[in-house]
Amino acid sequence: MRDKVLIGYGQGFWGDSILGPVRLVREGPLDYLALDYLAEVTMSIMQKQKGRNPKAGYATDFVTMLARVLPEVHRKGIKVIANAGGVNPGACLDAVLDLARKQGIKGLKVGIIEGDDILTRIPDLLQGGHPLANMDDGRALSAVQSQILSANVYIGAFAVAECLKQGAQIVIGGRLTDPALVAGPMIHEFGWGPQDWNKLASGTMAGHIAECGAQCTGGNFTDWRAVKDFVRIGYPIIEASPDGTFVVTKHEGTGGLINRETVISQLLYEMGDPNRYLGPDCTADFTSAKIEEVGKDRVRLSGIKGGPATDTYKVSISYLNGFKAVGQLTVSGPDAVEKAKLCAEIVWGRLALDGCTFEAHEKIVEIVGSGVCHEGVVKASNPPEVVLRMGVKCSDEDKVDRFGMEIVPLVTSGPPGVTGFAGGRPKATDIVGYWPALLRKDQVKTRVRVEET
Amino acid sequence: MAKVKLASFAWARSGDKGDGSNVGIFVKSKADYELIKKALTVEAVKRHFHGICKGEVTRYEAENMLALNFLLRDSLGGGGSESLKTDAQGKTHGLALLEIEVER
Repeated sequence: MRDKVLIGYGQGFWGDSILGPVRLVREGPLDYLALDYLAEVTMSIMQKQKGRNPKAGYATDFVTMLARVLPEVHRKGIKVIANAGGVNPGACLDAVLDLARKQGIKGLKVGIIEGDDILTRIPDLLQGGHPLANMDDGRALSAVQSQILSANVYIGAFAVAECLKQGAQIVIGGRLTDPALVAGPMIHEFGWGPQDWNKLASGTMAGHIAECGAQCTGGNFTDWRAVKDFVRIGYPIIEASPDGTFVVTKHEGTGGLINRETVISQLLYEMGDPNRYLGPDCTADFTSAKIEEVGKDRVRLSGIKGGPATDTYKVSISYLNGFKAVGQLTVSGPDAVEKAKLCAEIVWGRLALDGCTFEAHEKIVEIVGSGVCHEGVVKASNPPEVVLRMGVKCSDEDKVDRFGMEIVPLVTSGPPGVTGFAGGRPKATDIVGYWPALLRKDQVKTRVRVEET
Repeated sequence: MAKVKLASFAWARSGDKGDGSNVGIFVKSKADYELIKKALTVEAVKRHFHGICKGEVTRYEAENMLALNFLLRDSLGGGGSESLKTDAQGKTHGLALLEIEVER
């Protein structure tokens, strides 16, 4: 058993910089590269793509990124763990195998984890007495059943470990939890079992710290002036030990900052009850961790306590929940705020003249530049210009499109100083609703398949 | 003792949790931790976010991090893809909390 394993996290979300993973591979030692490509909305987009093309429905960004580094990854023996499979891990596997063959890489083992996608099983599950009720408000899934776009179970770290055990150098999953991308390699390397709660909690906590990439290495840090060289910001590396202790660090010479404060900031991100962080493999008590600076850009976490997981998996269901459109234009001073308010009144008034009205909860007016982010906290001054941002949402797509037609006319038929409308008419787009639910674990079987070039 | 903004001695981070946001805040010293535990009651935070948070506020403590974590329900205009707001994920709510002034 190795006494230390280096797990880098190079992609914090779908759309993160391609430089993160590329630089982790090139700029220093690394054993594992973890990459997150999914968000709730992503799965519904991917199901749509797969509906149009059976070879689509995965994160093509992953293959684009691999094309840059695969020879080096293969040569150095770096293992890659990614939830890039989206709703079609098999197609992602084929794309990676094709890429490896094109690059002349022989003997590369690529594995996939399947079983998280339960979209086609929903009627049977409901029939079988699994209500998949909304965790937030208790509604029965039947309320939106005809509008469902995607449904995926959050799979944990043991499926990742199994895929590694079967020899995969590249592990491609669908809806793996973000922390599982880090905890999976630890389970595999250190032989942790399903009841090693404290160790699994450590792996989960390490994963939580790393899962947003540079957000623990100085990105989005309150004391941003203390962060050096944002351009070359280092992505996080978890230096893991067999007893569950780990150090959060980054490659030497990279930019950014790791100290107690940057790590705690990220621990608190998207946090609920810090005493009980729920995951598919364990519960973790974030308040049990000892957090110490042990060197430049090195923070050690130890003593983490965990407990058994629940007997259910979390399920992420997305559904079509109407349509929305948002448009914006710039209003210059003098009296920018006053004129922007008038512009908004003109838009709502003209729509009403045409029989198109929206309820209060279906519309929004934001005067960006006058304090919309911190509404009621920071007082608006008299900005020299503002961006008027207006939006609507409702179930009637035509009404939403009708709204979109009434923004541009303001340039010539409203108060003076209205400009900056470059995006064309805002068009109605789908609102993807998020439906969190629970499903008994005995209803989910994950499968692992490994292929070789 | 003087009135100072939390921003002068505390750190914060926020993000989304469903149609609400979470705001974590922490400090460096035990004395400051006692100070923010006293000052940042659920009621005080609810009052501060009156223009943003339309639901209830819950507070959690994490002594090992000298941190408090607040859940602000109904603070995102629907949340996720349903929200029309600029800050649909509550990314900036942490900095809003740091605007609170306290006696220190």
